[in-house]
Amino acid sequence: MVEHRPFGTALAHLTLLIGIAILAFPVYLAFVASTWDAATIANGKMPLTPGPLFLENYWRTLFVGTSGTTRQPVGGMLFNSFVMAMTIAIGKIVISLTSAFAVVYFRFPFRMTIFWLIFVTLMLPVEVRIYPTYKIVADLNMLDTYAGLTIPLIASATATLLFRQFFMTVPDELVEASKIDGAGPMKFFRDTLVPLSVTSVAAMFVIQFIYGWNQYLWPLLITTRDDMQTIVIGIKKMIVTQDALTEWQLAMATAVLAMLPPVLVVIVMQKLFVRGLVETEK
Amino acid sequence: MAEVVLTGVGKTYAGGVTAVTDVEFTVPDGAFCVLVGPSGCGKSTLLRMIAGLETITTGTVSIGGRVVNAVEPAERDIAMVFQNYALYPHMSVYDNMAYGLRNRGTPKAEIETRVREAARVLELGDLLARKPRQLSGGQRQRVAMGRAIVRKPQVFLFDEPLSNLDAKLRVQMRVEIRRLQRSLATTSVYVTHDQLEAMTLADMLVVMNKGRVEQIGAPLDLYRRPETLFVAGFIGAPPMNLIDVAIGPDGLRPVAGDAGIVGGLGIAVPATGARLGIRPEHLHVVGDEPAPEGGIALSYTVSAVEAVGAETFLHGRLGATGPDVVIREPGTIAAAPGTVRRVVARRDDLHLFDRETGRRIPLDA
Repeated sequence: MVEHRPFGTALAHLTLLIGIAILAFPVYLAFVASTWDAATIANGKMPLTPGPLFLENYWRTLFVGTSGTTRQPVGGMLFNSFVMAMTIAIGKIVISLTSAFAVVYFRFPFRMTIFWLIFVTLMLPVEVRIYPTYKIVADLNMLDTYAGLTIPLIASATATLLFRQFFMTVPDELVEASKIDGAGPMKFFRDTLVPLSVTSVAAMFVIQFIYGWNQYLWPLLITTRDDMQTIVIGIKKMIVTQDALTEWQLAMATAVLAMLPPVLVVIVMQKLFVRGLVETEK
Repeated sequence: MAEVVLTGVGKTYAGGVTAVTDVEFTVPDGAFCVLVGPSGCGKSTLLRMIAGLETITTGTVSIGGRVVNAVEPAERDIAMVFQNYALYPHMSVYDNMAYGLRNRGTPKAEIETRVREAARVLELGDLLARKPRQLSGGQRQRVAMGRAIVRKPQVFLFDEPLSNLDAKLRVQMRVEIRRLQRSLATTSVYVTHDQLEAMTLADMLVVMNKGRVEQIGAPLDLYRRPETLFVAGFIGAPPMNLIDVAIGPDGLRPVAGDAGIVGGLGIAVPATGARLGIRPEHLHVVGDEPAPEGGIALSYTVSAVEAVGAETFLHGRLGATGPDVVIREPGTIAAAPGTVRRVVARRDDLHLFDRETGRRIPLDA
């Protein structure tokens, strides 16, 4: 809209504000809950302003843990989640960049077959192949390891496709100019293709980091030791449905802590992320 | 410095399409050779074969006495300027020029000197830190040239380097390329579809059509004495008038339309017919004077007059209904559409071609 009408502008802002309120209120509530004691939350009259126990609750969550269920401080879980999300994101990007490079720039037998095989895996996420994948990981003694947690999730058709599409828009003359300039294939990849892909890589990193961070089912299966669990599982384990009293203030603090790294990643990478999805620099 | 020698060079693609057939020529050391022809004539393919970006199906290409058929582009000691410049978008102007040298392990100080020198010659001194996207088309073009000259290669290859520029800049860059090539005296092969560019740049012009070489020679020789119909029609703007002729009772006459040509040429026209070529500037509107010795006179109906100042182009027909003919006269001529004029041409300015084979029929035999 290009017109300037004060009423229209006000209406638009009001709509946006309502939307933000709807989205942000539960998050705010989680934060508020994490600053009171268990009794205040449990009595049914939840206060709407932060309480006095912010430091104490977060300290306990991070370094002590709940008194019953998870037995582990959340600090360790944060670390596990971080390692998992980073490994998955970086691993996916490295593998996808190189496989897209191979598929686009090299003429080898069954090139298209291989491309389609990669493509088909889009239809086979971990949830579909969970039993065989688990069996392999277990047989390789990778249960309760970071490798077992991340490797099965690294292979990615999505990122390969994205990079393939991007590489196909890179003009052939750049390859030829590199050839004449004396750059071999790997040098072309390192000196030209990767620097040109920076924005796409950033976009992929954001998406894959959040994908890795939010993994629930796979870590649930693969980790049995308390010191290997991720924060997403930690939250679930803190909420007891049986007879015990859930320490809601700690569960909420964990939820808030679990939210922070993805939010930070998005904020830091936002500019590159948007550019990576919108524009191609050539 | 090197000669480029092509011997029986041909290219057939995997699908069986033949792009280039039996090309044979030698570019002397330091010469500026222009490959010209309509799109799809194989000129770019030929250039890419010299560069090593395209494999050679038959024949050999040698640069500086070394057969390079199986040599990688980087090892051929050539530099290429691409149509869309192909600058590395993420590198600064300096890095774009230095990249090839770095890959060859040239010492840092040497790179610095060479890039600065190229930047000075091409007036890019202030732009070395910029990225290609911050440059104008002409500046990018100059960076692409700079990337080629810092390498000090044996041969420069240009693939339609000016076609992405606007008309004014094109003329300017054309002059600059010529000047630069002269001062560096590096053997160059240049591809273009623009015959004006070809005429003004070349020491040696190679006209190509349908994957074959039509004629090779100095630009003005080709202009004055085209060996084939294709060259006659391709070189020169506006193009040469080509009229189908047959031998009539009173000498040469056009096949289509009524009479018009007076004066036989005294030579045998092949049974398959011939085509008479006359450049627009070689036809002169006259009064009652007779045709020049051995030449021809035509009756010409003016249908349109284009006065562009220094010169005037007449469009019209031979006789009343004959083929279209364009005449180029000095701007001082007065001619009105609809009038019938007498037009003459000297024998030396006439070109006769076999209509079947397209070959030139010598008039001075």
